[in-house]
Amino acid sequence: MTPFTYSRAGETAEAVRMGGAAASAYLGGGTNLVDLMRETVARPERLVDVSGLSTSITDTDAGGLLIGAGVRNTTLAEHRAVRERFPLLSRAILAGASAQIRNMATVGGNLMQRTRCTYFYDADGSRCNKRVPGSGCDARDGFNRIHAVLGASDACVATHPSDMCVALAALDAVVHVEGSAGVRTLPLREFHRLPGDRPDVDTVLAPGDLIVAVEVPPLGFATNSTYRKVRDRASYAFALVSVAAALDMDGDRVRDVRIALGGVAHKPWRAARAEDALRGGPATEQAFRAAALMEFADAQPLRDNAFKPELATRTLVSVLGALAKGDAA
Amino acid sequence: MSILDTAKETAQGLMQGALEKLVPLAPDSWIPGGVPDPLIARKHGLIGSPVSRLDGAFKVQGQAPFAAEFRFDRMTYAALAYATVARGRVASIDSAAAEGAPGVVLVMTHRNAPRMNTPAVFGSSPSAVGPSDLPIFQDDRVHWNGQPIACVLAETQEQADHAASLLAFTYDEEPSTTTLEGARAAGTEQGVMMGRPLLNKIGDADAALAAAPHSVDHLYRTPRHNHNAIEPHAATIAWVDDQLHIHDASQMVTQQAQTVAEVFDLKPDQVRLTSPYVGGGFGSKGLWDHQIIGAAAAKLCGRPVRITLSREGVYRVVGGRTLTEQRVAIGAQADGAIDALIHTGMAVMTPHNSMPEPFTLGTQSAYASPNITLQVKMAKMNMLANTFMRAPGEAVGTFALESAIDELAVELGMDPIDLRLRNEPDRDPVSGLPFSSRNIAEAWRRGAEAFGWNERSATPGTRRDGEWQVGMGCATGTYPYYRMPGAEARITLTLQDGAIHAKVEIAAAEMGMGTSTTTAIVAAERLGLPIEQVEVAYGDSAIPGAIMAGGSQQTAAIGGAVIAAHNALVAELLKLAGNDSPLAGLSPDEVGSEGAALCKLDDPGRRESYASILGRAQRDQVSVTQAGSPPLELMHWSMHSHSALFCEVRVNAVTGETRVGRFLGAFDCGRILNPKTARSQFRGGIIMGLGMALMEETQFDERNGRIMNPSLAEYHVPVHLDVPEIDVIWTDIPDPHTPMGAHGIGEIGITGVAAAVANAVYNATGRRVRDLPITLDKLI
Repeated sequence: MTPFTYSRAGETAEAVRMGGAAASAYLGGGTNLVDLMRETVARPERLVDVSGLSTSITDTDAGGLLIGAGVRNTTLAEHRAVRERFPLLSRAILAGASAQIRNMATVGGNLMQRTRCTYFYDADGSRCNKRVPGSGCDARDGFNRIHAVLGASDACVATHPSDMCVALAALDAVVHVEGSAGVRTLPLREFHRLPGDRPDVDTVLAPGDLIVAVEVPPLGFATNSTYRKVRDRASYAFALVSVAAALDMDGDRVRDVRIALGGVAHKPWRAARAEDALRGGPATEQAFRAAALMEFADAQPLRDNAFKPELATRTLVSVLGALAKGDAA
Repeated sequence: MSILDTAKETAQGLMQGALEKLVPLAPDSWIPGGVPDPLIARKHGLIGSPVSRLDGAFKVQGQAPFAAEFRFDRMTYAALAYATVARGRVASIDSAAAEGAPGVVLVMTHRNAPRMNTPAVFGSSPSAVGPSDLPIFQDDRVHWNGQPIACVLAETQEQADHAASLLAFTYDEEPSTTTLEGARAAGTEQGVMMGRPLLNKIGDADAALAAAPHSVDHLYRTPRHNHNAIEPHAATIAWVDDQLHIHDASQMVTQQAQTVAEVFDLKPDQVRLTSPYVGGGFGSKGLWDHQIIGAAAAKLCGRPVRITLSREGVYRVVGGRTLTEQRVAIGAQADGAIDALIHTGMAVMTPHNSMPEPFTLGTQSAYASPNITLQVKMAKMNMLANTFMRAPGEAVGTFALESAIDELAVELGMDPIDLRLRNEPDRDPVSGLPFSSRNIAEAWRRGAEAFGWNERSATPGTRRDGEWQVGMGCATGTYPYYRMPGAEARITLTLQDGAIHAKVEIAAAEMGMGTSTTTAIVAAERLGLPIEQVEVAYGDSAIPGAIMAGGSQQTAAIGGAVIAAHNALVAELLKLAGNDSPLAGLSPDEVGSEGAALCKLDDPGRRESYASILGRAQRDQVSVTQAGSPPLELMHWSMHSHSALFCEVRVNAVTGETRVGRFLGAFDCGRILNPKTARSQFRGGIIMGLGMALMEETQFDERNGRIMNPSLAEYHVPVHLDVPEIDVIWTDIPDPHTPMGAHGIGEIGITGVAAAVANAVYNATGRRVRDLPITLDKLI
């Protein structure tokens, strides 16, 4: 770990002022950043602790929720409105990490999680364009079981590790940001980047920008929603693939649908093609499968992850089938 | 090797050869265990009743000091830097930034390390436990990706870690072998275990296989596994005058002290190594580079050193289980009688260590077959030295063998338990020796009943619960009974205020399995004293004798040494008792211990208490030290533990995820000494086996030999949700030829588990997975 200074911000404006200094990083629960510092992947010189800021969950006038960036993952997952109105969000959070980590981790920090690519973590012995731009990518021809099949680039095949963000992508959440240029909002779907030739840049945030809240707009049919995570052990493992979905049925047809996928791309992957294919069509297994296949038509599997398109397809078909019957657990 | 050494080895070999010819023919009564241990007949004592760990409260209160919790004045903290190439030379070292970093005391590399001897590689002498025959910090050579090449000492651990991250190295790389295919192409050689080739041929298995009306013939693969004891390896080290003190985490205390002494040109008694508590060993808590680096750095800077490996450090420095590729071919008659059994294949080791992965050992005694071929070949790779990991050999060997038996049962349309019992041997099929104790059929019968095996559908893929396909599988687990030579026990009886207190000192290791508690039970029962009056000391190289907590033999070695020391104590007490005692005139073998007294074995009324004997002799103490008898019983009987394992799995038809729903192990391991700690041992082994079956795999990047998942986040072991209800039962039938009738049980638990899971997965899905781990991509 590289030596650093630690300070705690009393309020948001002060945090943004402190976070504007060079080599600064905001500290939420520290459940990812501190690991990265221990591995010397992250070497901030100044930590600004923002975990005490923005810790409330409030109803918006429109009927959605405004979730403070400092809200702990556990608090959000257990929040009554979240469980009743947005079960996919609650389930996504509870599918991640461990109870201890969720008790520490914040909503803002969850958005800022970095990939679990093992070459990214190996600061001493591996090449990684995300860690050292231009150094090369050892994952592309190495162990890439957990890597991307959609939207990857020559420079980077990493995946985004968050479960919560997959649900937020399905919900069209909006990220509230405060920076030197003032306050602004960013759609979550555009918050995380595809890697392109700058995989070192995970998000569209400018230096010094602080996430202050995440807004979940109202979505009535999100009461019929769920999150399913497929992984190599029953708990405490990142998703091989995950599906966040909400389904609005009109008789035996799909009136509306939201689908986002985790574990398949550098960002939470909103399955817009599949949604378009399904909207207004029959809610049948064949239709679900055809839509999923459409979503993965451009998939580019690597050495170890060729199973992902089929696994994601099967999982999506199963999830939508359960939602269509209204018995998604 | 000198001519003298060669001559000595030859002589030892001849002696060994002669013993092996004669010992099997000797009458039972000449052999240790030939006359059953009298404690076997004692049914109502401490042995067999559940006793809580004597150190349990200490541990949960944080009062038990582990290796990294000892302190010395002026102690420094160490951090290591590791090579990033598989083979070559360190061309340059830039240590300026590290040396200038806050708190740094010293940066040690091969350039400034003290001159040291190369540690003697494991098994090259009775006390040699070095990881490899490689010098440590003595030259610029790199032998594996991850080899420690620099050590930073600083005033705090954080300062040392930071400074180590500032070190920069360049290398002159040299050609290396880091792929399995490359290693295979470079040639394999006969695997040798403790001087013996891993090769057995009985009859003509190839011909019998070809002629058999039914056969199976498949390849099974198991990956590398890394050690992940909850306590990372650590040592706290100080040079005090001309003594080297090491507080270590060790399962071979005395041998480590001796090997370290040779490295530093010290006399054996100049190294004092203690290891009172160990946070899990599983074969890994031996001598690796870090203790030697720590001792060298302490010598160089003149201050004590605490060296604690990070979790990544454990993966870079401490070897694990190597990969295997095994062929099992079985030929059988329609009634299931096996005609041919072939178990051959290869594993990978390094050019510098001595550890094959002896996956055929469990097969030697498994099934009656007139034609058997067993062979392990080894290929060489430039990698961290592989080592023992819970049931080395049997853990992976039983996966292949017991999967193949299941496949044969399918081929024959037989119940797999019936097939196994059909081929139950009446004596050891390879050695020809009689079994000392083998009640595997009883374990199968009781296990099948308790598990509900009769509810299994013989047709795969026929049980369904929603998306989940449900199946049952079974397998046999096996591990040999060993008792290694070298164990000694010192028993000291002290008379204080009219009460007798016994101290039993034994150079054993307690890694959390309950050894210190079991030793107290065994000693108390042997001495006829309440357990509260018995103190056990262990984990200290100053204690006489040498015991290794390995090969599941420690309990037997302790038991044998305590028997010998107790015999000596009886003789000594009889001498002190003299002619005025009710025991006068009796010889030591007519006398035993009971109720804090000596008594005539067949006339317990004729007795005198320890207190009385010592009091009349005007002694307040008597002490004896005695070594256990040579373990000749191992050449006289075929001695093994067994288990019948039952598993129910649920495989998700959509995602291929496998979850274990139920597991039951029925064990035949002699008499169980302490049911409470034994149950944990068995369960722990089974859980480790579930990890091996479903998720454990070291990601060894074949491009450069680097381990890519050196972390418990990425190297998966079972978490609580992966562990189902595990039922453990046992036959509790004593082995009449072992101390207390007991067998060691540290390793048997993991054996057979992966096969039981794989066989259950087959029963659930009709899919046979022959390469571990059984991950979901192999099932969708």
